[in-house]
Amino acid sequence: MNNDAAAPPAVPVRSRWRDRAVAVTVLVMVWMLLWGVFSWANLISGLAVSVVVLVVFPLPPVIFAGRLRLLGLLHFAWRFLTDLVVASVQLAVLAFRFGHQPRSAIIRVPLRVPSDLVLTLTGEAVSLVPGSLIVDTDQASTTLYIHVINVADRAAVEAFRRNVYETEARIVRAIGSDAEIRMLDHPVPAGKGELT
Amino acid sequence: MTADLVADILAGTCLISGALLSLAAGVGLLRFPDLLSRMHAATKPQVLGLLLILAGTALRLQNTIDITTLVLVGVFQLATAPVAAHMVGRAVYRARQVRTDLLVVDELAGDRAGEAPGPGDRVV
Amino acid sequence: MIVVGVTVSALLCAAVALVLVRIVRGPTTLDRIVAVDVLLAIVICAIAAEAAYTRDATSLPILVVLSILGFIGSVSVARFSPRSRR
Repeated sequence: MNNDAAAPPAVPVRSRWRDRAVAVTVLVMVWMLLWGVFSWANLISGLAVSVVVLVVFPLPPVIFAGRLRLLGLLHFAWRFLTDLVVASVQLAVLAFRFGHQPRSAIIRVPLRVPSDLVLTLTGEAVSLVPGSLIVDTDQASTTLYIHVINVADRAAVEAFRRNVYETEARIVRAIGSDAEIRMLDHPVPAGKGELT
Repeated sequence: MTADLVADILAGTCLISGALLSLAAGVGLLRFPDLLSRMHAATKPQVLGLLLILAGTALRLQNTIDITTLVLVGVFQLATAPVAAHMVGRAVYRARQVRTDLLVVDELAGDRAGEAPGPGDRVV
Repeated sequence: MIVVGVTVSALLCAAVALVLVRIVRGPTTLDRIVAVDVLLAIVICAIAAEAAYTRDATSLPILVVLSILGFIGSVSVARFSPRSRR
C-alpha cells in the first residue's frame, strides 16, 4: 500500500505484461496523433520510441482487477462532460459576482473501494469537475482531502460529499470488478465520513 | 456553402465563449480572497475555455492532421491540469497559505497530526 | 469572422491584463505560479484562436509544446517550493 515500487508481491507477471501492452498502445496512439497520419513507418517508429520510453522509465505496477464496462464508461463520460460545463459556468458566474466573498471548506472523503486506480481516477475527475480541488491524499486509507469552493454551510458540505461518492460509484461501475461494485453498497466507514 | 457558414457560426460561438471563460478565470484569479479559491478559477473555467477554443479551431481548420494535434493538446490539458493543481494545492496547504477564517470546516487540520497538532477537526 | 476575431482578442487581452496584475501583486511565489499557469493557458488560447482566424495551421505544434511546458513548470515549482514559513 505504500508507494514502495521496489517490492510489489501482489502483482502477477501476466498483469505486468498487460500493463506494458496498454502503455505501449497509448504511447503509439499519442505518436500517431502527433504526426496526424497513419502509416507503417509511423507505427514502427512509434513502437520503437515507446519501447525505449518504457525501458528507460518503467511504470510502477497498477492493480487493475476489474474489467471495462462500456455502458458504465459512457455514463461516466456523459456525466463528466455535463459536470465540466456546469461547474465552469457556475465558477465563471461566481467570479463575476463582485462583492460576494465565497466561503469554502476542506473535507475528508474516505473512498469505499481500496484501489489506487479508483483513487487516482476519482481524484482527477473530482478536481476537474465540480468546484473542488484535491489538497491532499492518503494512499493507505484511500482518502481524498478536497477543497470545495462556494459552500455556505454544513448542509452544502454534506451534499458535496455525497456528490464525490456518486462520482466514485460511476467510476467503479465503469472499470471495477464485481467485488468492487459490491463494496459500493457498504456504508461509509463509521466515524470517518460524517462529521461527529 | 451553407455547411461552411454553419461551421463558421459554431466555431465563432465556441471561440467567443472560450474567450469569455478565460476572462472569467482572469477575474477570479484577481478577485478571490485566498490562493486555493484562486486555483479553482485557474483550473476549471480555464480548461473548458481552452477546450472550447480548440473545438472552434478544429471547426475552422477541418483537416485531419491539424485536428489530431488539437485533440492531443486537449487530452494533455485534461490529463495534466488536475495533477498540476493537486501539486500546487498541496504545497499551498503545507505552506499554510490558507485563509482559515473563510473555511466552513477544515477536516484535514486534525488529520495532519505530525504537522498540525490538535484533537479532531477544526470548525470555524 | 472579423467580429469574432476582434471580440476574442479583446476578451483575451483583458484576461491577460488581469492575470498580469495578479503576477505583479503576488504576494507569494505560489500565487505567481498559478497565475503564470493561467497566462500560459491564455497564450495557448490566443495561438489557437489565431490559427482559427487565419485558417493557418503553422503554429499548431507550438500548442503541444506549450501544453506540456505549463504542466512541467508548475509541478516542478510546487515540488521545490519551501514547505512552511512559520
